[in-house]
Amino acid sequence: MLRVIWTGFVMNVKTLSVSSWFVLMAVMQPVIFATIAFYMFKAGGQEGTLLYAALGAGMMGIWSSVLFGSGGMIQWQRWQGTLELGVASPPSLTLLYLPFALSNSFVGAYALVATLLWGRLFFDVPLHFVHPWNFALAVPVTVLSLALMGLLMASTFILYRHANALSNLLEYPIWVLSGLLFSISLLPAWTHPVSYVLPPYWGIQSIRHAALGGPVWAPLAMTVLLGALCLAGAWAAFSWFERLSRDRATLSLT
Amino acid sequence: MTRWLRIFFVGGLIAYRGLFNWIRPAIYIPTMLGAPLFQLIFFTKLGEYANAEDASFYIVGNAVQVCAMASVYGMTMAVANERWFGTLGPLLASPANRAAVFLGRGVPVFANGLLVSAFGFTVGAVVLGFRPGWSVVPALAAVVVVTALSCTAFGMLLGSIGLRAKDFFFAANLAYFLMLLFCGVNIPIESLAPWMEAVGRCLPLTHGIIAAREVAGGATLADVSGLVWTEALVGACYAAVAFGLFRLLERESRRSAVLDAY
Repeated sequence: MLRVIWTGFVMNVKTLSVSSWFVLMAVMQPVIFATIAFYMFKAGGQEGTLLYAALGAGMMGIWSSVLFGSGGMIQWQRWQGTLELGVASPPSLTLLYLPFALSNSFVGAYALVATLLWGRLFFDVPLHFVHPWNFALAVPVTVLSLALMGLLMASTFILYRHANALSNLLEYPIWVLSGLLFSISLLPAWTHPVSYVLPPYWGIQSIRHAALGGPVWAPLAMTVLLGALCLAGAWAAFSWFERLSRDRATLSLT
Repeated sequence: MTRWLRIFFVGGLIAYRGLFNWIRPAIYIPTMLGAPLFQLIFFTKLGEYANAEDASFYIVGNAVQVCAMASVYGMTMAVANERWFGTLGPLLASPANRAAVFLGRGVPVFANGLLVSAFGFTVGAVVLGFRPGWSVVPALAAVVVVTALSCTAFGMLLGSIGLRAKDFFFAANLAYFLMLLFCGVNIPIESLAPWMEAVGRCLPLTHGIIAAREVAGGATLADVSGLVWTEALVGACYAAVAFGLFRLLERESRRSAVLDAY
């Protein structure tokens, strides 16, 4: 099992790292959004929040990478004609696609590095973390949790012919609902329960609190819990949708 | 002249239907309407949180800018996808007037850009409470028309590059994101670093967005005519360069036998 995960992970990280699309999503786009946020916070006289903006923009990049990676995960296999081979292979689909999801999120983490470096170099963002060890723990846990959320999304995309279009739609809403760059208190109260079930919401809380001060463990525990629920959901959805698509002979959807 | 117009309008429409035959409501609605809707909400709320400008600044900026989603991506694909679909050779083998072929493709794309921008303003009004008054709508519409034309011309340039470049989607995406930063969509253009401001003033959108904000604030079309003409001039320059590049790359592709090469 570990060999399947590790081999798939390494292969996909290599593939994504040379993809200009992922470089755009994971490095350039977050840096551009971070720059916009830096200027906006500066204009509002909130220069002390530049680290807040850098962390949020980095998380936005992770989400973009997870989202487009998950949206494309099944679709690309479908286009290349390898989806059926994957389904026919002995490992379960969840195990087969877990390395894809992990690599999407891992490559997305380039975004966090990029926005922090960009902020430090060009906007003098101070990289002083209140709880550096907690920060070092919160980042990989959040990346893992987002990977599992991506896996859950990918599992539901098996039956959806236009998964890529859905990916285009879901980028901004999750940025908004997770409060990656601004507090969700600005949103209507009815949206808050949606935010509370999103791993990125708790993930950015734990990262932000580790960097700027505040309770880390409670949001980190929620990140882990929601990640585990996503994994369970993905496993169930993969099993169910795989069965359905084989029953109906709609696996390729072509 | 009749033939030129026929190729321009009918040819442009048929090319659009052919190259965008994959568009379905399930693709169009999330991509062209859903994404702009949430982009508007995101930047307006971010602006509110940053305490930088009032909400109308972001609503107008983003409602105008989202026309670039249709214009820039659409126009890039309307030209460069001929190569992707393998129809570039037959197209260039035809004796049709190149200006009519090239510019005609912009008409449906431009119309789509207007639709997306109109949707953006509707979202601003319905969801975010942006109500500048009906009296400003005609002037605002005129500014958006010129800006969408200018963005379409910019998309033509990217599409022309796509006739030879390998990864034109990368260029189109990067251009779209950079326009968000350089064109004063969410940041007053004069607040940017001087070199960024200089770049922004050479891009489409910038002057159109400033004009749209002034019109929304009560200025008349005559008050912003300088900005509108500048936006139109920027667009005309991009269209001219795009067409020149299209002809140059067509000739070079024939000469080097790399018309459909990737």
